Amino acid sequence: MPRIGFLLQSVLHSASVQSKEINHLFATFTIAAVLLLLSVSVFIVYICIRFREKPGNPLPKQISKNNRIELLMFLFPTLTIGIFLFLTIRTIHHVQQPAKGQPDVIITGHQWWWEVYYPATGVRAANEIHLPVNKNLMLEFHSADVVHDWWVPEFGNKMDVVPGRNNYIWVNILKAGDYIGACSEFCGAEHAWMRIKVFAETDSAFQSWQEANKKIANMPGDELAMRGMLLFQSASCGSCHRISGTFSNAFIGPDLSHVFSRSTLLSGMMPMNEENLQSWISDPQAVKPDAKMPNFIFSKDSVAAIVHYLTQLK
Amino acid sequence: MDESIPSILKNPGAVKILNRDQKLLKWISSVDHKQIGIMYLLLALVFLVIGGGEAILMRTQLAIPNNHFLSPEAYNQIFTMHGTTMVFLVAMPAIFGFGNYMVPLMIGANDMAFPRLNAFSFWMTLFGGGLLYFSFLAGGGPDAGWFNYAPLNEYNYSSRQGIDYFAIGLLVAGIGSVGGAINFIVTIYYYRAKGMKLHMVPLFVWMIFVDSFLILATFPPLNAALAMIEMDRLFHAHFFNSQSGGSALLWQHLFWLFGHPEVYVAMLPAFGIFSEVFQTFSRKPIFSYAIIASSSVAIALLAFGVWVHHMFTAGLGNTVNSFFAASSMLIAIPTGIKVFSWVATMYGGSIRFSVPMMFGIAFLIQFTFGGLTGVAFAIVPIDWQLTDTYFVVAHFHYMFIGGAVFGLMAGLFYWYPKITGKMLDEKLSKWVFWLFTIGFNTTFLIQHALGLIGLPRRVWTYPDLPGYGSMNFISTIGAYMMGVAALILVWAIMKARKNGVAAGRDPWDGVTLEWYADPSSGEKNFDKIPLIKSRRPMWDWKHPDDPDWKRETY
Repeated sequence: MPRIGFLLQSVLHSASVQSKEINHLFATFTIAAVLLLLSVSVFIVYICIRFREKPGNPLPKQISKNNRIELLMFLFPTLTIGIFLFLTIRTIHHVQQPAKGQPDVIITGHQWWWEVYYPATGVRAANEIHLPVNKNLMLEFHSADVVHDWWVPEFGNKMDVVPGRNNYIWVNILKAGDYIGACSEFCGAEHAWMRIKVFAETDSAFQSWQEANKKIANMPGDELAMRGMLLFQSASCGSCHRISGTFSNAFIGPDLSHVFSRSTLLSGMMPMNEENLQSWISDPQAVKPDAKMPNFIFSKDSVAAIVHYLTQLK
Repeated sequence: MDESIPSILKNPGAVKILNRDQKLLKWISSVDHKQIGIMYLLLALVFLVIGGGEAILMRTQLAIPNNHFLSPEAYNQIFTMHGTTMVFLVAMPAIFGFGNYMVPLMIGANDMAFPRLNAFSFWMTLFGGGLLYFSFLAGGGPDAGWFNYAPLNEYNYSSRQGIDYFAIGLLVAGIGSVGGAINFIVTIYYYRAKGMKLHMVPLFVWMIFVDSFLILATFPPLNAALAMIEMDRLFHAHFFNSQSGGSALLWQHLFWLFGHPEVYVAMLPAFGIFSEVFQTFSRKPIFSYAIIASSSVAIALLAFGVWVHHMFTAGLGNTVNSFFAASSMLIAIPTGIKVFSWVATMYGGSIRFSVPMMFGIAFLIQFTFGGLTGVAFAIVPIDWQLTDTYFVVAHFHYMFIGGAVFGLMAGLFYWYPKITGKMLDEKLSKWVFWLFTIGFNTTFLIQHALGLIGLPRRVWTYPDLPGYGSMNFISTIGAYMMGVAALILVWAIMKARKNGVAAGRDPWDGVTLEWYADPSSGEKNFDKIPLIKSRRPMWDWKHPDDPDWKRETY
C-alpha cells in the first residue's frame, strides 16, 4: 500500500521486506476479522428486531441447549485460530531470522536519545540514523539505562531495547527516503521526545555520509569558535560528550563531532539551528525538563561562543 | 396450588424496605455482607470518579499537539495512577461489592462464610488505596506506569517515594483481595441452599467462584515482585537492576504472570453479570450453561500460560513467541464460545430493552470487536507492529470498559433496585447509557487509527504530525462525553435514593434466588427456602406448570 495521501507514516505502508511480510498477514487477518464482526453485529441487530418483546407475546420456548449448535460454536473458532496460528509461525520465522555475524549498526537507547554506532567503519552518530537501501541489515540494540523500544512503523517490527540483553532485528529497506519512528516503551519523563529519524539512502549516498562522519571534527574556524571550544573543554562538557580530535571523549551524552550536520535537535524535538541550540544551552531544563544535561549558568556571550563553535561541527 | 411454592410470592404487595439510615459507626463496625457490599461499591464509585478525573486530565493534555497543560512529571504520575486505580481500586472493589451483596442472596445464604474476614478484607482494600494516594502528599505519585517496568522502577531512575507507596499500597490491598477470594470460595462451596448443587448456581456465582481461585493463584507472583522491588529500593538488593547482575526481564515475567490472569479476574464477573442479564431480559434460560461455566474454567487455567504475549517484543526468540502465540490464541476459543452462547440466549427470546439489557447488547458488539483486536495481538507479527501504540490502548479499553465496565454498569442498573429498594429513573438511565456508549466509542475507536499511524502510548505530548492533532482531539471529546455520563449516573443514583419509585421485591421478573430474598427481613436474608430443584428456582415457582426440573436433568 502506498503512503496514504495526507498521512506521513502508517504501519500499512510497507517500506521494507519485513513489513511487507507482516502487512500481508495483517491484511488477511483484517479481512477475516471484519467479516466476523459484521456478521455477528448484523445477526445481533436482526435478533433485536425479530425477537423484541411485543405486547401479547407468549413466553418464548425455554430452550437451553442444542448439541449441534454447541459443537459448531466450538469448531468455528478452533478452525479459524488454527489457520492463523500456522500463518503466524510461518511469518515469525520469515521476519525474525537468526542473528548472523557482526551487526551492521548498534543502536543504544539512552534516557532520552539514541546512540548510533557502525562497527564496520567505527562511525558514531546520534538520533539520526543513516541506512543503505536494498541490503538486509542487522540492527542490534543495547540499553544504557532502562527499557526502550525501537519502532519505525514503515519498517515493520519493533524491538525492545533491554538492559543486559543484545536484541536485534533485520530490516531490508526498499526505498530511499526519510522515515520517522519513536521510542515505544515507556522510559521515563521525556519518553515522548525520544523520536527516531532514519535516512534511507542509496549505497553511494550512504558511503559518502559515512566518509564525512568518519573524519575528525572540524577545528574552530574563527576566534569566536575558538573561544567556544575552549569553554566547551574547560566547562566539563567533555565529561559527557565526545568531539573527535579533542580531549572530549565521553559517551554519556550524544556524540557532537558532526552535530550541526543533523537536521533535528534533542531526538526529533525541534529543528537544528542556532536559535534552538542557544535556548537549549542557556537553560536545558526549560527546553526539555528532566533531560540529563545540567544548567551550566553560562553568560550570554559564552553561550553564543559555544553555539558558534557547534555550528561549525558539520 | 403446589405446596412447594413459597407463600411470599403469592403476596407480592407486602414488601417493606430495609431502613439503612444507620449511623456511621454502624457501617464502620459492620460485618454484614450487604453493608460491606455497599461499602465496596461506594469505594469503587469514589475511585471511579478519581480515576476518571485522571483520564480527563490526560485527554485534556493530549487534545492538541505540543501541549503544556501538564508537565511530563505530572502526566506520568497521572497515567500511572489512572491504570493502577482502575484495575485495583475500581474493577476489583466493584466485583467484590456485587459479589458480597449478591452471592449469599443468589445461593440462599444469610451471610458470607467469614463475616469478620469480610470486613477485614474491605478495610485492607480501602487502606491500600489510601496508601497509594497518600504518595501525592509525600512528594509525588508513582511514575513508572501501572506495570512499573524495571529498571525504571528502581531507586536510581525513580528516586521519589511514589513507587514505594505503589508497592506497599498494592501489597496491603492485595491482602484484602486474597481474603475476599477465600471467603467467596468457602461461602459458595458450603452455604448453598438445600438442593442447589455446585453446577446449579447462577452463572454470576459460578464466575465469582472461578474468579476467586484465579485471585488466589495470581496474587503470589505480584506480591513476590512487589516485595523484591521494595528490597531493591530500600536495601539495594539487586533483583531487577541489570547493572549489578539483576534481570530487568524478571520483573516483566513476574508482573505479567500476575497481570494477564488479572485481566480475567476483571472480566469473568462481568461475564457472570451478562449471563444473568441476558437470560432475564430475553425471558429464556441461558443457552448452554455447561459451556459458559466450563469455558470459564478453561480461561482461568489458560490465563496462566499466556503472559509472554505482553513481551513479544522483548526478544525472547521465535520458539518462545510461537508457544505463547498458540496459548494466547487458544484462550480466544472459550471466550468466543461465550459470545455465541449469549447470542443464542437472545435468539428466540422475547427481548425487553431495559437499561441493563442495552448495556448487554452494546457489550456483545464491543467485546467481539475488542476480542478480535485481541487475537490480532496473539498473531505475533501484528503484535510486533502494534504493541505499545495507541492501538493497544484502544484494544484493552474495549475489553476493560466495553467489556468489564459495561458489565459492572449492567450489574448496577440490574441490581440497584434490589440493593436500595428504589428504581433508577428510566429516562436518566437511558441518557447515561447513550452518552457513555457513544462517548466510549468516540474516545477509543479512533485510537486504533492513531496507533496505525505511529503514535506510541504513554507519551505526555506528541509532535504535530498529519492526523495526530485532529484524531486526538476527537478522542478527547469522547472522553468528556463519558465524563458527563458518569456525572449523570452519580446524580441518578442520588436522586433515586431520595425519591425513587419503590422497586418491590422482583422488578425484572427475575429467575434467580436474590429476587426471592425478603428485603424487609433486615440483616437476615432468608427464613426458609424451599428445596431448589433447578438453575432457575424463581422460574419454577412462578411457572409450576412448566418448571425447569421437568425438562432438564442436573
